[in-house]
Amino acid sequence: MIKLVNVNMNFRGKQVLKDINLTIEQGEIMVIIGPSGSGKSTLLRLIIGLLKPTSGEIWVNGREITAMTEDELNKIRLEMGMVFQYSALFDSMSVGQNVAFGLHQHTDMTEEEIARTVRRKLRMVGLRGQETAMPNELSGGMKKRVSLARAIAIDPHIVLYDEPTAGLDPIMSNTIDRLIVSTRRMIDATSVVVTHDMSSVFHIADRIAMIYGGSIIETGTPDKIRQSENPIMIKFIRGGIAFPESKGRSRA
Amino acid sequence: MLIEFFARTGRVVIGILEDIGEVLILFGQTVYHLRHVNSRLLLRQMAHLGADSLPIVLLTMLFTGMVMTVQTAHEFVKYGAQSSVGGLVAVAMGRELSPVLAGVVFAGRVGAAITAEIGSMKVTEQIDALRVMAVNPIAYLVVPRLLACMVMLPILVIFADVIGTIGSYLIATFSASITPFTFFNSIKVFAVPHDILGGLIKAMVFGVIVAIIGCHKGLTTAQGAEGVGQATTGSVVLSIILIFISNYFLSVALYQ
Repeated sequence: MIKLVNVNMNFRGKQVLKDINLTIEQGEIMVIIGPSGSGKSTLLRLIIGLLKPTSGEIWVNGREITAMTEDELNKIRLEMGMVFQYSALFDSMSVGQNVAFGLHQHTDMTEEEIARTVRRKLRMVGLRGQETAMPNELSGGMKKRVSLARAIAIDPHIVLYDEPTAGLDPIMSNTIDRLIVSTRRMIDATSVVVTHDMSSVFHIADRIAMIYGGSIIETGTPDKIRQSENPIMIKFIRGGIAFPESKGRSRA
Repeated sequence: MLIEFFARTGRVVIGILEDIGEVLILFGQTVYHLRHVNSRLLLRQMAHLGADSLPIVLLTMLFTGMVMTVQTAHEFVKYGAQSSVGGLVAVAMGRELSPVLAGVVFAGRVGAAITAEIGSMKVTEQIDALRVMAVNPIAYLVVPRLLACMVMLPILVIFADVIGTIGSYLIATFSASITPFTFFNSIKVFAVPHDILGGLIKAMVFGVIVAIIGCHKGLTTAQGAEGVGQATTGSVVLSIILIFISNYFLSVALYQ
């Protein structure tokens, strides 16, 4: 379980997150939506300890992480995986080495066991036999899937996704959505997905939280969010905030 | 006007002090993590940063030894001091030229490579990916590079001393008509092991400078390709400046 209590975050005097209170239950898929620059990715980075909040508490699996040292955080991070917006694959390593990286660093598995695990994880994300490919030989969608395989290689309890479908075509977005749902089912992980891709949100979310201007303005199940009467939420779902110019064009 | 001048000067001074502080903190953290060194990564860096720099160091120092002799031999012969040429070049190479010039070449090749690689990793979130995977970037990236530079630059300097002396020998014997016996006897008379050892100590310090500045600039790279370019240039320039400054103090400490 992840719990954020009165979390505030300032960058160079500018408040990015204001009084965030959010609880994400074990095993659920929480999708955090909001326009670009609203603080979604910052929230994700706070949860995994890449950033420290200006004030507030962040609880991960019953432990408060904001006062932890990097070494203490590393123990918590062994229970977490993260898929980055631009995949963040190690470009000097092959696909197989990327997926095996965490296993080499943190387990006593033999080379044979690691190779078997890498094969299994790559099969899970539909990349069977791609172990020797280099990241620069892969498409954006394939990189995202390798990033997911790497994130789930050590069977984490929590998986964080930063804009997993950004820049992908609709078919690949759909594939990634299905992978997020199947990953939760296969490793029973709590998932936090940050996106502004509304076509993904209702496919995968157990609950949705909307961030606007650094604050959470609404939280609820997909059905509740669909019926929301909050004007900002209505505009966002219809594309009014994310794509303000589309309104003008549709009128023309 | 005056207040603005002082404010700007103050900001520059604070910026410099912050940078110095950050470099020292990085150095301290790297020393702390030395015990976590991964021997496989260390060997790879030693080959990549050290062995691959050998050709350019050899080329540079061969011609440095040759030009030193071109400039000195004929003058020395004119005054009947041909028996000093070999020793002069050997001492100059051992104490100053080999460590400093190899250090500068090393800063240009290795310092730039370290900053560009780590800087690219920074802007593509690979450093964050390391942290997310519970791997300390200092232990994983900085420690092997620091040790590799510390070990490999002195080894390169040994090669530089030898090739520089060979270059000098070629010019002295073929161009200035100094006999091989006179040349080598001169080295035996003038040069002492401390000349070479002092140069190796300098090289070790320069290796640390190149590695720490290279890693620091890489880890603090601003976003984008332009940021990587600026960090790389900054890394090379700062390393070379620090090599020359520290060389003066090391020379005073080692040879005075």
